[in-house]
Amino acid sequence: MKLDSKIPAGPLADKWNNHKAKLRLVNPANRRKYHIIVVGSGLAGSAAAASFAEMGYEVSCFCYQDSPRRAHSIAAQGGINAAKNYQNDGDSVRRLFQDTIKGGDYRAREANVYRLAQVSVNIIDQCVAQGVPFAREYGGLLANRSFGGAQVSRTFYARGQTGQQLLIGAYSALSRQIGLGTVKMHTRHEMLDLVLVDGKAKGIVTRDLVTGAIESWAADVVVVCTGGYGNVFYLSTNAQGCNVTATYRAHRRGAGFANPCYTQIHPTCIPVHGEDQSKLTLMSESLRNDGRVWVPKDAADCGKPAAEIPEDARDYFLERKYPSYGNLAPRDIASRAAKEVCDEGRGVGQLVDGKRLGVYLDFSAAIRRLGEAEIRARYGNLFDMYENITGENAYKQPMRIFPAVHYTMGGLWVDYNLQSNIPGLFVGGEANFSDHGANRLGASALMQGLADGYFVLPYTVTDYLAGEKPGSRPSTDAPEFKAVVKDVNDRVARLLSINGTKSPRYYHKALGKITWEKCGMARDKAGLEGAIRDLQALREDFWKNVKVVGAGDALAPELERAGRVADFLDFGIMMCLDALTREESCGGHFRVEHQDAGEAKRDDAQFAHSAVWRWTGDGQLPVRHVEPLVYEETQLSTRSYK
Amino acid sequence: MVQDNGKETTLALRLRVWRQRRGQPGAFEEHALAAVPTSASFLEMMDMLNEQLIKEGKDTFAFDHDCREGICGMCSMTINGMPHGPLPGVTTCQLHMRNFRDGETITVEPWRARAFPVLKDLAVDRSGFDKVIQAGGFITVRTGSAPEANNIPVPKPVADEAMDAAECIGCGACVASCKNGSAMLFVGAKINHLNILPQGQAERDRRTLAMVKTMDEAGFGNCTNYGECQAHCPKSITLDVIAKLNRDYLRARVKEFFSSTGKPSKGGE
Repeated sequence: MKLDSKIPAGPLADKWNNHKAKLRLVNPANRRKYHIIVVGSGLAGSAAAASFAEMGYEVSCFCYQDSPRRAHSIAAQGGINAAKNYQNDGDSVRRLFQDTIKGGDYRAREANVYRLAQVSVNIIDQCVAQGVPFAREYGGLLANRSFGGAQVSRTFYARGQTGQQLLIGAYSALSRQIGLGTVKMHTRHEMLDLVLVDGKAKGIVTRDLVTGAIESWAADVVVVCTGGYGNVFYLSTNAQGCNVTATYRAHRRGAGFANPCYTQIHPTCIPVHGEDQSKLTLMSESLRNDGRVWVPKDAADCGKPAAEIPEDARDYFLERKYPSYGNLAPRDIASRAAKEVCDEGRGVGQLVDGKRLGVYLDFSAAIRRLGEAEIRARYGNLFDMYENITGENAYKQPMRIFPAVHYTMGGLWVDYNLQSNIPGLFVGGEANFSDHGANRLGASALMQGLADGYFVLPYTVTDYLAGEKPGSRPSTDAPEFKAVVKDVNDRVARLLSINGTKSPRYYHKALGKITWEKCGMARDKAGLEGAIRDLQALREDFWKNVKVVGAGDALAPELERAGRVADFLDFGIMMCLDALTREESCGGHFRVEHQDAGEAKRDDAQFAHSAVWRWTGDGQLPVRHVEPLVYEETQLSTRSYK
Repeated sequence: MVQDNGKETTLALRLRVWRQRRGQPGAFEEHALAAVPTSASFLEMMDMLNEQLIKEGKDTFAFDHDCREGICGMCSMTINGMPHGPLPGVTTCQLHMRNFRDGETITVEPWRARAFPVLKDLAVDRSGFDKVIQAGGFITVRTGSAPEANNIPVPKPVADEAMDAAECIGCGACVASCKNGSAMLFVGAKINHLNILPQGQAERDRRTLAMVKTMDEAGFGNCTNYGECQAHCPKSITLDVIAKLNRDYLRARVKEFFSSTGKPSKGGE
């Protein structure tokens, strides 16, 4: 597998501008002769599809939801970073770049991250012009807040619904193009495979989720913006439909998958309440500003109501372990500390599967200090949401929280142009691996999705198309398309015909149990080796005993889930293998063997690279390739929060 | 709700759930479901029912859902006659079983509206909403042509009011709850979001006329001020957005009438 990152020469600050000046253009009269397929309609997909159409290309956009407005970008709460320096507090493109690359524990590509920081300022301009109602000062100018431990206030926000408002902005731009007829929108369509002709991506095969029709679509270039793979853990903060199928199917057709073991666990989610739970809900990180995290010192106290546990019998473990950062320790550190005390049997809340997985987040001290009215003013909506889900009043008793899978930094490998190693296959947003390294900072996922969609892909895809002859795309009658359609039909027929005894959800839960236990917040060699064996056995069992009810020619949610779980099973094996072979700890990847008294211990000499996996065959282990990370202007240092 | 022994309270329920294939008539099916934890969400209860159906070798009920945190707008069930169920200000996915009683019979139906045909069971086609947005629910701004963000000051009260309206999640509960099947709350929310912002002024009249025309063509009914939409909106959007929609529509029509009496502008249209 050839992995040429195509990073332009020259100083970091000039790379993108110099590169843009060299990228080829397509004559406006020729643009309508090219057909671009965009898969996914979140921030990256909607922004890219709208931008391509504005430029004059013919665009088709696909999403599995009933409307492009429902993509899971909509659920992001906190905000979006941009190096505007409106607050005059010393922010700059250079500083945003440095924070992002350090936050990623020096496992991201320097040139990509710098470009992200550069275009961040254009994103805010674009969104404001679209009518995104960002928070404002009384003078009418934009407000900012500090987020995720940053030393400057560079985060723009729209109440607790920033993702929703940004997505509605991108969706409105996309809708305008759909109305003009320049984008053909295919909702309730799921991409089930990628079609290659002469080694280049030339189309996709989809299933119409309403009629069950398997159809193929030809294009000059395919852009995949299908999000992350957090649902490989079954329970996560992701939407129910989020899946790895589009990216994993592309991987099976030859696209390298980079750093699948880089997954982010968010410390403040509402704990699991029972074995029938389907999803975890995030509570904003800002709660840790006023809440104190504790568990009982004695495991025997764990079943008692919090009020009956006296002050001296409580263990404020974050304050004890990290006296200088205390309850504000970074996401990965706070998450691991909560897991440790629960593993010791000191968790609180309901027994689920024989364990209590939760820690208290206690506002009583803050309520005594500031009064209930002030706490209500700061966090009222979050307390309401908590009460709605748990039935508990957090003004009267402490909240219970537990870490949950939230974001995945790994994804399809792409070069500086966001092109995968398959020519003509571009990847944007969370679906690619490029910008966050081993850990993502708060308020930077929205930034990356829109940067890719509005300001990177329109340039780099145009450069690719300039090298393709207009009108040269194959027809869907070509044998390459017929062969892939047959593969997809066979697979759907096979899933429907097994008629075993266990539901797709049974396998999804079993998969999640293995990945969360062995490849979650803390990982070790024996556990990962066991997980790979267990997943291989589970995969075998799936293809013998899964029961998929419903008809192939109608809305069939069980068939959809079965196909996604099948891909997650294969993907889970690759994720564990990546975690096993990365013999270091970095960011969200914590190997128990590699630590300095609980702190992640990187091994820059051996692992300052991205691991890129190549598919080798059904049921076989993928092969590891490496793209070295070259740091021209960054000094690698150790993150410390003691 | 958590008992002292750490075990949960559970409910036994009778469920009357709508079963329908696309283009065919539908009917209710009755199922008993035991041991539903009160901490489960309504959709998790539906998952349990579906798992039970799989064990019995029967087809599951199709229903729309995605984020399960009340923001994507995909879930759409009418529960005991009420869109999103009995709790005000929440979506179906945020409704929890502690709001129901042991032994209760719960009726679950799809959105009922002419403009939202049933696709299967509880899932309906809401593409009419997308068509209304495609007609004018945007501010025309090409990627790359935006001015510096702080060149457009927006007074805080205006930005806040726009945000109140922009919170609409496009779920369709307003249409499903209205005896006329009207989409005026949805359209009013979008008009109110864009028409009051300085950025939205250039297209204000065009937008209003185009969205209302498309709304009518998509088969949505008229507003006769019943107010059911406001009562069932999971984001608590209020009726005043409809008043403002009517005002902007009247304003645009009057301006259109007077401008159409003169010579057409040389700029076209």
